[in-house]
Amino acid sequence: MTSTASIEAQVLQPYKYGFVTDIESDLAPAGLNEDTIRLISEKKGEPEWMLEWRLKAYRQWTKMTEPRWANVTYGPIDYQAIHYYAAPKQWKPVGSLDEVDPKLLETFEKLGIPISEQKRLAGVAVDAVFDSVSVATTFKETLAEAGVIFLPISEAIREHPDLVRRWLGSVVPHNDNFFAALNSAVFTDGSFAYIPKGVRCPLELSTYFRINAQATGQFERTLIVAEEGSYVSYLEGCSAPSRDENQLHAAVVELVALDDATIKYSTIQNWYPGDDEGRGGIYNFVTKRGKCLGKRSKISWTQVETGSAITWKYPGCILQGDESVGEFYSVAVTSRKQQADTGTKMIHIGKNTKSTIVSKGISADRGQNTYRGLVKIMKGADGARNYSQCDSMLIGDKCGAHTFPYIDVRNSTAIMEHEASTSKIGEDQIFYLRQRGLKAEDAVSMIVAGFCKDVFRELPMEFAVEAQNLLSISLEGSVG
Amino acid sequence: MLQITNLHVTADGREILKGVDLAVNAGEVHAIMGPNGSGKSTLAQVLAGHPAYSVTEGTVTFEGRDLLDMDPEERAQAGLFLAFQYPVAIRGITNAYFLRAAVNAIRKSQGLAELDPLDFLDVLHEKLKAIGWDDSFLNRPVNDGFSGGEKKRNEILQMAVLEPRLAVLDETDSGLDIDALKTVAGAVNKLRAPDRATIVVTHYQRLLNYIVPDVVHVLVDGRIARSGGKELALELEARGYDWIRPEAALA
Repeated sequence: MTSTASIEAQVLQPYKYGFVTDIESDLAPAGLNEDTIRLISEKKGEPEWMLEWRLKAYRQWTKMTEPRWANVTYGPIDYQAIHYYAAPKQWKPVGSLDEVDPKLLETFEKLGIPISEQKRLAGVAVDAVFDSVSVATTFKETLAEAGVIFLPISEAIREHPDLVRRWLGSVVPHNDNFFAALNSAVFTDGSFAYIPKGVRCPLELSTYFRINAQATGQFERTLIVAEEGSYVSYLEGCSAPSRDENQLHAAVVELVALDDATIKYSTIQNWYPGDDEGRGGIYNFVTKRGKCLGKRSKISWTQVETGSAITWKYPGCILQGDESVGEFYSVAVTSRKQQADTGTKMIHIGKNTKSTIVSKGISADRGQNTYRGLVKIMKGADGARNYSQCDSMLIGDKCGAHTFPYIDVRNSTAIMEHEASTSKIGEDQIFYLRQRGLKAEDAVSMIVAGFCKDVFRELPMEFAVEAQNLLSISLEGSVG
Repeated sequence: MLQITNLHVTADGREILKGVDLAVNAGEVHAIMGPNGSGKSTLAQVLAGHPAYSVTEGTVTFEGRDLLDMDPEERAQAGLFLAFQYPVAIRGITNAYFLRAAVNAIRKSQGLAELDPLDFLDVLHEKLKAIGWDDSFLNRPVNDGFSGGEKKRNEILQMAVLEPRLAVLDETDSGLDIDALKTVAGAVNKLRAPDRATIVVTHYQRLLNYIVPDVVHVLVDGRIARSGGKELALELEARGYDWIRPEAALA
């Protein structure tokens, strides 16, 4: 027995969230054309302008080609084979939780996302999205008292059309890229949060996304607007059943921070990663971008990516306001045959803008992990600063780690710092911890947790522990 | 307590230990000395269960159990502790967290309740004092950025906290100045008890002035060539190892 073999064996832990909820779905016919979009818009009871926006995006999308520059390989995607709308059959917008199908409540309980009155997480408001619809949003009243709007985006479009219309597409335009255009055309649900001037959001906001139906894609759209001097911390989580075919998840997240506002956006991504042979799993092709529009505004992205067959995402910040701050903290784990191409874009436009990038990539088994980042300092961005740190950890000898840091500086006053490291989790480290009484899998977890510490400490308290557990689970298993 | 019989060990296909016999009783301190490459560290690592070595022949029993059949963590949980010659750094994990995890892993295996951070801190304060450290070491990552001497002290701190039944010190004295040496020896002596034993692997007699052994063994070319009382260490210091070699060849 070599330790390397035993460490590798630990990545072969079955996915724990792969169950299917047996619930009848109301499915739109497979395929994508203008009628599909009209159908979605109608189901959502949307105003005309929304439909027009979707159609505009769709028409652009038909002229675009799928990006293939990422360091990942996968077969062709048949966009006409996907169902673009799926909702539990009995589903209708409900006034109170008592009216929600118990099967749905049960599903979220099973996932550890309690939304029923008795079991709600203290201090966290949850919007639960199941396939194409939001099934429940908790603590709406508490938030309303503070003036915070936290709603499924489909409801927000109906109830706060002016707000949504003003900001939707202002950070990620409808034709931004292939997947963003697709999302703009067919997005079904997602969350909308609006924090008024000077308000510190009294609760953590959280959305949990669950894909359930077969042969569907999930296309959610999230929009968060933080007015002057406000603060909000938002967390998203997600999971999906284990299925043999790949499913597409193409989301868009837009954040807007005005003067002195702070948005902290955390993601714990745990989509189904596929089986040991790389069959099935989610294609996670996501566009996330924040705009620090106001002076001294701050947007901070923290992501813990453990799921998905393929991850393609680059949460970035446009630092437009003077003295605005962008942050990106990331842990990406790839094991089995997972592939991740992820990183960030920091675009410095305003003066004295500052960005920090801390990326930790962990590759195990046959996983391939790529960090791809762009730091761009525009001409007018006097006194801009960036600090980047990209660390990779390899577990076993069949995995890979790759780093593509792009730097584009057009202002000579910029200060750029970049650090990078690659390490291999060693037999000696594992043995050392086992000699002190720790089981091999606990030893691996401890080493990995230490490696990721700089990122974990950025997560909201309630979720830091969850993230660490999730990481242990994805790296745990029978020890040879 | 520990009974090693005819132990043969290979690493990368090369035989390093060629029939080691050794018996350590509770309450005793044994020193293992010998020239470079004689197999001293291999013996220490094999006792702890390092996966890079394979045992090809022989038996080792520890408190009546077949040690060779136990995983490294089971050996640790049974009370075997190895102070590493080259302690490994664990980035991002504080000494305090690591020590508590180790203590609790062992307590759990014994069916004892785990210690919470506050209870554990009380235990720790006392042990820290014994090795002349302040609290600042608790919040530093395990061995990360530690000097050679600090790493060795950290091994001894771990030993003091874990209170093993059998401690194996693998060249813990190398790289220590005289004050650190005295501190380390003090911590080892504090652990001396009728129900515990210590094996000290060392190149130098110097350490044995402070940790006085009951038995001294000389390991030459993978075998114990000679055993004796503490005066054997002095003799080795004065005469070197060469005078023992021919006997080893004859044995």
